[in-house]
Amino acid sequence: MPNDSPFRRLPEAGRRAVTIAFEDRTLPALEGDSVAAAILAAGIATTRHTPVSGAPRGPFCMMGVCFDCLMEIDGEPNRQACMVEVREGMRVRPMMGARGLSEGSADD
Amino acid sequence: MGDKQGMGETEYAVIGGGLVGLAVAFGLQREGRRVTVFDEGDVAFRASRGNFGLVWVQGKGVAMPDYARWTRLSAALWPDLAAELEAESGLDLELRQPGGFDICLDDEELAAGEARLGALRARLGGDYPFEVMGHNRLRRMLPHIGPKVAGAIYGPEDGHTNPLYLLRALTAAFTRRGGQIVSGPAIQDIAPLGSGFRIGRAPGWRAEKVVLCAGLGNARLAPQVGLDAPVKPNRGQVLICERVKPFLPYPTAQVRQVGEGAVQIGDSKEDVGFDDSTTPRVAAAMAKRAVRIFPMLENVRVVRTWGALRVMSQDGHPVYDRSQTCPGAYLVTCHSGVTLAAGHALRLAPWIAGGEPPVPYLESFSAQRFAVSPAA
Repeated sequence: MPNDSPFRRLPEAGRRAVTIAFEDRTLPALEGDSVAAAILAAGIATTRHTPVSGAPRGPFCMMGVCFDCLMEIDGEPNRQACMVEVREGMRVRPMMGARGLSEGSADD
Repeated sequence: MGDKQGMGETEYAVIGGGLVGLAVAFGLQREGRRVTVFDEGDVAFRASRGNFGLVWVQGKGVAMPDYARWTRLSAALWPDLAAELEAESGLDLELRQPGGFDICLDDEELAAGEARLGALRARLGGDYPFEVMGHNRLRRMLPHIGPKVAGAIYGPEDGHTNPLYLLRALTAAFTRRGGQIVSGPAIQDIAPLGSGFRIGRAPGWRAEKVVLCAGLGNARLAPQVGLDAPVKPNRGQVLICERVKPFLPYPTAQVRQVGEGAVQIGDSKEDVGFDDSTTPRVAAAMAKRAVRIFPMLENVRVVRTWGALRVMSQDGHPVYDRSQTCPGAYLVTCHSGVTLAAGHALRLAPWIAGGEPPVPYLESFSAQRFAVSPAA
């Protein structure tokens, strides 16, 4: 799939290459990237659907404020992907609507 | 919106553009009155934008049965108010009145609650519905309660709404009916004239009648028109969690899930003066309690917190008064602007418009009660 992202990486050296999975795709990233940046650089624009209207959304503010970059990261829902650095083998999924709650083992 | 604070004239000046002021203003319009609302700027302590959103009956008026009666009347009128506002504004107020729970974590708490409401029921001649539920019974209605929950008191008339949509709908309905909201500096001065009132510093606005709905601001305004509004702030803190799939079909006094999915936690009460900030200590205590009630909240993120100031009279009950020395001046203040919105719009406002008292016990809410029983 061609990368038609409007975002271009600056030429730089010294950061190690890693790969992450977004749904069933494998995406290249550089150590130190935020998950949101790596996904935008790969040309993916829609990373969640809102809980109320179901409208598509993608990362926007890239500084932890707007909450539009919510994704499921390594099984944990509603993470702010702009605030999480990529790690090799990380598994990312779009956040589709509201998260569910599981009967936890909280309390004793 | 509206003119700057300056010259103008109106039939009714409502001081305060929160839920109380707008409910009264909307109710006056329904009676055919011409109303101008004076709203402070965003520096105001806006209880209407920080509250929890319960339409709540149980526990109110334990020390004053007339307050329980009035609260129940307003809760019963709420569907009418919501239908009218939804038709006029196009907004969904997310009103749900399936009954609500006051969750108790230990048996003593549960017994104390039962005793309080039982005493109120006796004073109301048996006409006061509530049910005490132990853990197992409660679990059938709220399957996700934790093992440490002792039980709850169920109030069949309790419910909740989206208070921000209520505020927006009242604003929309009021302005759509031709009402004007004058935003600007707080009104500090009200002067009785030979006939009517001057609102604000000279030249100010001129109004035939004035209704004080300024929350905590009423304390300094009321004496200017022969009224007494002994109200003080009481801080509540609120935690807002991320939106989750529906898990809580009933509101509780401690935790509720709003119509759009977010989980709201907040039942703190602090006497800290005019300080509406948040503190980690209270937030942590509330969060811990919420997780004991619903353990599945353990991993849910808090995305926002805020503090807001309740408007509390000495006994916590509303104050409704009409000035004896300055005819045409009224006072409406309470800490339950959401629950009482229907009563204010559909019953109290017609009285302010010149009608009969809406209930035979209206005088119970006069501030004169503080003078006759200073120990209360």
